[in-house]
Amino acid sequence: MNDPAQPGTAWVFGDDIDTDQIIPSRFLVSSDPAELGEHAFNDLRPEFPSGVEDGDFVVGGHNFGSGSSREHAPLSLVGTGVDGVVAQSFARIFFRNAINLGLPVLICPEAGQIADGDEISLDLDAGTVINHSINESYDAESLPEFLQTLVDEGGLKSYTKRKISGEL
Amino acid sequence: MTGKTLSEKFLSEKSGTDAQAGEYVEAEVDTMLTHDVTGPLTFDVFEDVTAGDGPLAKPDRTVITIDHHAPADGVKAANNHNHVREFADEYGAVQYEVGDGICHQVLLEDGFAAPGDLVIGADSHSTTFGGVGAFGTGVGSTDLGTAFATSELWFRVPETLRFEVHGELPDGVYSKDLILKFIGDVGFDGCTYMTAEYGGSAIESMPVHERVVLSNMAIEMGGKAGLVEPDERVLEFLEAQTGKAYTIPDWLEADDDAEYADVHTYRAEELEPQVSKPSNPENAVPVSEVVGTDIDQLFVGTCTNGRYEDIRIVADIIEGEELAPGVRMVVVPASRTVYKQMLETGIMDTFVDAGAIVQSAGCGPCFGTHQGVLGDGDVSLATANRNFPGREGSMDSSVYLSSPATVGASALYGEITDPRTVELERYGDAVVEGVSS
Repeated sequence: MNDPAQPGTAWVFGDDIDTDQIIPSRFLVSSDPAELGEHAFNDLRPEFPSGVEDGDFVVGGHNFGSGSSREHAPLSLVGTGVDGVVAQSFARIFFRNAINLGLPVLICPEAGQIADGDEISLDLDAGTVINHSINESYDAESLPEFLQTLVDEGGLKSYTKRKISGEL
Repeated sequence: MTGKTLSEKFLSEKSGTDAQAGEYVEAEVDTMLTHDVTGPLTFDVFEDVTAGDGPLAKPDRTVITIDHHAPADGVKAANNHNHVREFADEYGAVQYEVGDGICHQVLLEDGFAAPGDLVIGADSHSTTFGGVGAFGTGVGSTDLGTAFATSELWFRVPETLRFEVHGELPDGVYSKDLILKFIGDVGFDGCTYMTAEYGGSAIESMPVHERVVLSNMAIEMGGKAGLVEPDERVLEFLEAQTGKAYTIPDWLEADDDAEYADVHTYRAEELEPQVSKPSNPENAVPVSEVVGTDIDQLFVGTCTNGRYEDIRIVADIIEGEELAPGVRMVVVPASRTVYKQMLETGIMDTFVDAGAIVQSAGCGPCFGTHQGVLGDGDVSLATANRNFPGREGSMDSSVYLSSPATVGASALYGEITDPRTVELERYGDAVVEGVSS
């Protein structure tokens, strides 16, 4: 993970992008983020895996990450080096998985203002998305307190490790 | 204070709190499920959080199946299968082999989901278990791998969207048609973060194998769970299946004054067979709107409609007939038990004689990697649950979703056909009615 506060290119996708589109089934034989990343959006947008650069962002419309529960979907995005996903809304399991993996996911009602190729960055503390290409800033929804605690604990794995060791 | 929904009752009971919709709780999980695709990632998480020492919190309720790439369709898939076997052996998990069947079906057959259970699966169709009165929900591999170690997981207590169908379903209209209609009405994300709860006289009178179809596809409107309040019929089903006695816990009942996000009410007599057009389950239309659409491949199977009763409906329609010229049919039973029932009742012959292909139990082409994937321009009519672009193969293929009856009728003509034009049966639960398992 780079620094999401640094501007990167937005790759914009539409509504109802399901996890089969993010990582097609035939590539799920691997659990390696880098290998999965080589096939992210393989069929939907074949230029994505070779064109995406470290520090870029994925921007979705409504219901991003719907369908299959495959954690390989957010993991493939981690593997591409993107610094976060901004969408108007997320499907439930994708959202959980991304939080658990430490991939920043922001629910941003104005994500539709972002055009493909715009330079954007995230201010995770303020909960905003900054569009440098047109000098705009959009508010994102803040995480519920419980989820913020989980993120602050370093994600579900470290939270669970502390639970097992009796620290929590 | 208002009363509680079924979901609020479940998560109150399992977390030991007074859980209200919108709150976050940590709850005790009863059954945990993964398979050959989501398993390896789950095992990595479990071994990370336990530093490779284990143990599984509930080994006899930790179930791992080999169903998605089964039989193995490549070396990497075969290696993943071996990984499943090694993990189950090392930590003492319950493991099913290639050909045993789809995770959701074998869990139902072997009593791993019963009224009052909280079941999580690293597979989105884990909502299936709501049909037997269990709160089943899909999670990711990090969720599941940590729960393997603690048998606990966090949940947002969901609001509930209720669907009621009153009256008697007309001929040719099955639970699959109902769920396609519901998804069409509320949309692909219409139930996101919520539980779908199904009730009314038409649903109360449904056999269990039809109820689980409603629960299974709750995820296709974004649902976290799909619940039908369990009754005596569920207990009979589980007892016939497992030989063991089950009860419904006292707390498992929605309060009369429970609050719902919305209630959608239907008259059964007014409903028609539905077909979801490519490329989203929400594109549901009455079959009459797509009658005559040419079909290349028919697919009977999946965790939605691969049960004996589903396959039997198709067999009844095509018995003594041959598939229409130019059409191929792929049949994939949901489990080895279903496969045996097909052999014992003779319907295996019906399919082979008609020119269909019957494959070993598993997910089949619904997973899009093997056993009948679609090529460019191919059009499929499937009893499956998803028709996203490329779901069953080429991005340039098209998948229509329907009930088994619509698939059966369409097999005779090679085009989408209204099932009400052929003679149809409606079956109770085969296992309750004496078909051996």
